[in-house]
Amino acid sequence: MSAPFAAKRLGKELQKISNSLPPGIELVSADNFEEWLVDIRVLDDNPLYRNEIYRLRFRFSSTYPIEPPEVVFVKLPDRPIPIHPHIYSNGIICLDLLGHQGWSPVQNVESVCMSLQSMLTGNTKNERPPGDEEFVRGNRLRPRDIEFYYHDNDV
Amino acid sequence: MDTDDDFMSNVSSDEDMIQDDSDNEVSGDEDFGFDDEPDVYIDSQKDVEKKKAAYEVNYKVYQPSDVQKQQDDLVNEVNMILDISREEAAILLRHFRWNKERLIEDYMDRPNQVLDAAGLSQSSVRELKIRSVPGFACDICCEDEPGLESFALKCGHRYCVDCYRQYLSQKILGEGEAARIQCPSEGCNLIIDARSLDILVTPELTERYHELLHRTYVEDKDNLKWCPAPDCENVVECAVKKKDLDRIVPAVACLCGHRFCFGCALNDHQPAPCELVKRWLKKCADDSETANWISANTKECPKCNSTIEKNGGCNHMTCRKCKHEFCWMCMGLWSEHGTSWYNCNRYEEKSGVEARDAQARSRISLERYLHYYNRYANHEQSARLDKDIYHKTEKKMVQLQKESGMSWIEVQYLSAASQALQMCRQTLMWTYAFAFYLARNNLTEIFEDNQKDLEMAVEALSEMFERPITSLADPKLKVEIMDKTSYCNKRRVILLEDTAQNLAEGRWTFNTDLIGSSSNGGPSVRR
Ligand SMILES: [Zn+2]
Ligand SMILES: [Zn+2]
Ligand SMILES: [Zn+2]
Ligand SMILES: [Zn+2]
Ligand SMILES: [Zn+2]
Ligand SMILES: [Zn+2]
Repeated sequence: MSAPFAAKRLGKELQKISNSLPPGIELVSADNFEEWLVDIRVLDDNPLYRNEIYRLRFRFSSTYPIEPPEVVFVKLPDRPIPIHPHIYSNGIICLDLLGHQGWSPVQNVESVCMSLQSMLTGNTKNERPPGDEEFVRGNRLRPRDIEFYYHDNDV
Repeated sequence: MDTDDDFMSNVSSDEDMIQDDSDNEVSGDEDFGFDDEPDVYIDSQKDVEKKKAAYEVNYKVYQPSDVQKQQDDLVNEVNMILDISREEAAILLRHFRWNKERLIEDYMDRPNQVLDAAGLSQSSVRELKIRSVPGFACDICCEDEPGLESFALKCGHRYCVDCYRQYLSQKILGEGEAARIQCPSEGCNLIIDARSLDILVTPELTERYHELLHRTYVEDKDNLKWCPAPDCENVVECAVKKKDLDRIVPAVACLCGHRFCFGCALNDHQPAPCELVKRWLKKCADDSETANWISANTKECPKCNSTIEKNGGCNHMTCRKCKHEFCWMCMGLWSEHGTSWYNCNRYEEKSGVEARDAQARSRISLERYLHYYNRYANHEQSARLDKDIYHKTEKKMVQLQKESGMSWIEVQYLSAASQALQMCRQTLMWTYAFAFYLARNNLTEIFEDNQKDLEMAVEALSEMFERPITSLADPKLKVEIMDKTSYCNKRRVILLEDTAQNLAEGRWTFNTDLIGSSSNGGPSVRR
């Protein structure tokens, strides 16, 4: 599918990040302009995330970056879902910068990865969001159709 | 009981209804300072004339021209008092959520900050126009070709025109935002002003934009709501607040005839409070697979097993094949129902059953749910069918005039009966959702009796209503239908009044809490 607007921008992003990415962020695949996979890990010694690598899946609509990408953690045998009070055990992330309200089109794949990195780095709580089990069981919606309440943004 | 009733009605009216008049403003509105605006007042005359029943709320319906006028008046007033343009006045009013007093006060205190916050800041005035800037690279699309046309808002954040247009179209068409679209830059809170929008957006976008701006007036005010009926543009004003919704069910009726709940905008769901309705609907949706087979339109005749489709609102079914008469709800013999309708209405708590293992318990809770769901769904379906029947009856009313020589006025009783049927079924339907969450106490029996009485009356009327047109010409039946109609309406009011009074007094106990689940964070589903 050709989506000129998103493709143009993603092409430029790809060019940039193929050359250099900040430490702890690694592009796994970017075969098209619809879905990219990125691995991230936490740089400091946070015991919650030590020695783990996490897989992120970005999905872009044809109006990216006007619309935010859909970003989730995906579970693989060697890629767990990080424990965090804003990350559901199915990989869905409750982060305002990924919602329509908090998103700014000047953000990009790299800046989202960095935000998630620091969200993990700064966390000390070994817990899932409240109602995780129920949400994960009941939810059949795509992340972008879920309205999160960003009741505490400092976690 | 009588004394209790009196006590309750006095307290509830004094607290909830009359007070509005005494201090000359809508209660609880002081933080918005609407006191001397013309658009907010309780119809004081009505208040003096009759004391409202506990299940009724005061409200007012406005037509689009009224709403436009209210907005125009406010804009003109601010325009004159603050000596700013009408356009700026409108932006400032929207910024202050149409709270004129707070706007004027704040503006008098610190005009620059107010202008700044609303995106009208004069300190960073720049020429608002599209141009190409040498060496410019757009941070959104990463384009940097020479001559690229770009635009900067008053905050100085410059992007290419194409990106701005994409961004605005996403906000306006995609997200329905208008009054508070922010600069696309990260962390910049500047609201895109109307002048910049004029420059940036295409004509079909501006139309939608102005439409959305118009809507913010209603959406920003807690005491105003759109009539949710399709194609209706009326606005209803009601002073009931979100926090009151565990004590009152604010049913309102628009001029278009649509009855809805001011609290949640769903169809009128008295006597069940909004939170219960929300939970009930969610439960029904979650359990829909289980519930589907029960709510199906067809059932088998208990005698000959031929499939029977329910084609009217009445529960009295006659099998076309074997003429077996039975009750749609319980499948029991109809002949046993004449006086013992309550067998279908009340769920006998299976107190004797000791739920030992989890399976039995879940089966009981499912059974309990299905009991209420069946009756709820039955009335929902009947209300829909009654509507169909009314449309057919309308034609028959014409026929009836010809045959019986009755005038149009004289056949109106059928229309009244049809309306009563629908209203009562709507109420009955929600009494079952209400009952599902109701924990037993000494008041539930009265409630169930009221429910039973209303149900019996409704089924009786429904049956009369479905008789062939030839028998409708019988003047005796006409009188019966008229009597039953007013009896139904009366029973409905009695039920609503009883539930509303007890709700206002916090006398019901529910097996779920009435505090909205949205307050404790977490995800919710966008509708
Ligand atoms: Zn651009
Ligand atoms: Zn800005
Ligand atoms: Zn209406
Ligand atoms: Zn409601
Ligand atoms: Zn039969
Ligand atoms: Zn029955």
